[in-house]
Amino acid sequence: MDFLNPGSVTEALELKASVPDAVPIAGGTDVMVELNFDHRRPPALLNLNRIAELHTYSTVDGRVRIGACVPYSRIVTELGSVLPGLAMASRTVGSPQIRNRGSVGGNLGAASPAGDSHPALLATDAVVEIASTRGVRMVPAKDFYVGVKRNVLEPDELITAVHVPPATGPQQFSKVGTRNAMVIAVCAFAIALHPEQQRVGTGIGSAAPTPLRAHEAEEFLAAELPWGSPDGLLDSLNRRFGELVAKAASPIDDVRGTASYRRHALAVMARRTLSWTWSEYRRTAQCA
Amino acid sequence: MRVNVTVNGVERQADDVWPGESLLYVLRERLGLPGAKNACEQGECGSCTVYLDDVPVCSCLVAAGQAEGREVRTVEGLADGEQLHPVQQAFVDRGAVQCGFCTPGLIVAAHDLIERTAEPTDAEIREALAGNLCRCTGYEKILDAVRQAAAKKAGVA
Repeated sequence: MDFLNPGSVTEALELKASVPDAVPIAGGTDVMVELNFDHRRPPALLNLNRIAELHTYSTVDGRVRIGACVPYSRIVTELGSVLPGLAMASRTVGSPQIRNRGSVGGNLGAASPAGDSHPALLATDAVVEIASTRGVRMVPAKDFYVGVKRNVLEPDELITAVHVPPATGPQQFSKVGTRNAMVIAVCAFAIALHPEQQRVGTGIGSAAPTPLRAHEAEEFLAAELPWGSPDGLLDSLNRRFGELVAKAASPIDDVRGTASYRRHALAVMARRTLSWTWSEYRRTAQCA
Repeated sequence: MRVNVTVNGVERQADDVWPGESLLYVLRERLGLPGAKNACEQGECGSCTVYLDDVPVCSCLVAAGQAEGREVRTVEGLADGEQLHPVQQAFVDRGAVQCGFCTPGLIVAAHDLIERTAEPTDAEIREALAGNLCRCTGYEKILDAVRQAAAKKAGVA
């Protein structure tokens, strides 16, 4: 096995083009587990730790561009006010040690349906920046996941950043597991209100072959929410939203939970996160 | 391959390192530092916790080559000679050690907490130690020890 140790993105892309089977390693929280357990023996590791620009974030075209290797712990402490949904999801990842190493770029690379950041990325219309020696392309999160642990990356491509629009309204993230720390989600849900467009974003995790949005639920809420005169929400509206979110999922029975439990839990999380975000929206609307 | 890494303030060199092996393996098997423990090898248990450039990480999840040129601080590097660090002394005083296997990782995690947080609440202590498992389940004594170490650092004990 070779250890490829580029110092820049350009160098990394050249290496990835010449050794397409090289496995990128950032925080190692997925890749090293596979190596430690002999589940994978790639011809080479492509270390991304030395590339400074992958560890920074900035504002580009009105969106926060988060370098692929920025660890969750920094998203939690430094981006919570701008990207509350993603920060909340990041806060639930693993443990302090894992959040110090793991990154959204790595979550996207692994593309597990249970990855904690995916629902928040979907709900907030995040866009993945993918680079190769052929150029850079931008892929919306909703088009990025193509199967269980599969994404749209070509063998010569690397994820260099994710671009997330700053929140314009309340956002929430919710996850079901057996304890707070070190949990692979049984299922997860994210919601983002976009009041300026009177639109709602959603993201479902761990309840289908890929993370996905609940389109029908989003359209229902966009049309039914009393955006202009924010009153409390009718129970019937909350319930219908929960049903539509559950309907969008296609969960399976596995060691972490049954399909019917996942559907049930998704409906509960959808109702709760809607009521939390709507309460926050009403408070800010009253203050305005 | 060769890996150069500063461990507990000393520049060290490990040779014949297989690129897929972990920093934990290098520390234990090549550099003679068995303090960090090898248990789950998947980041679940925290018993291999060390500082990598002052950030606590699971050393089982760091590829050896990723530590090249960087600074590692292990549990062996916390005491001042024979003088235990207050976190270590607190674990002794409070009987926070049973079989001892999880202890080095917990000490590093607790050390990081009290370095960063002057007077941690119980919730903050639990959160800071959430990535460290004690299968003897001696958590109450461990919490006592961290409270004692934090109080000592704050000058109220």
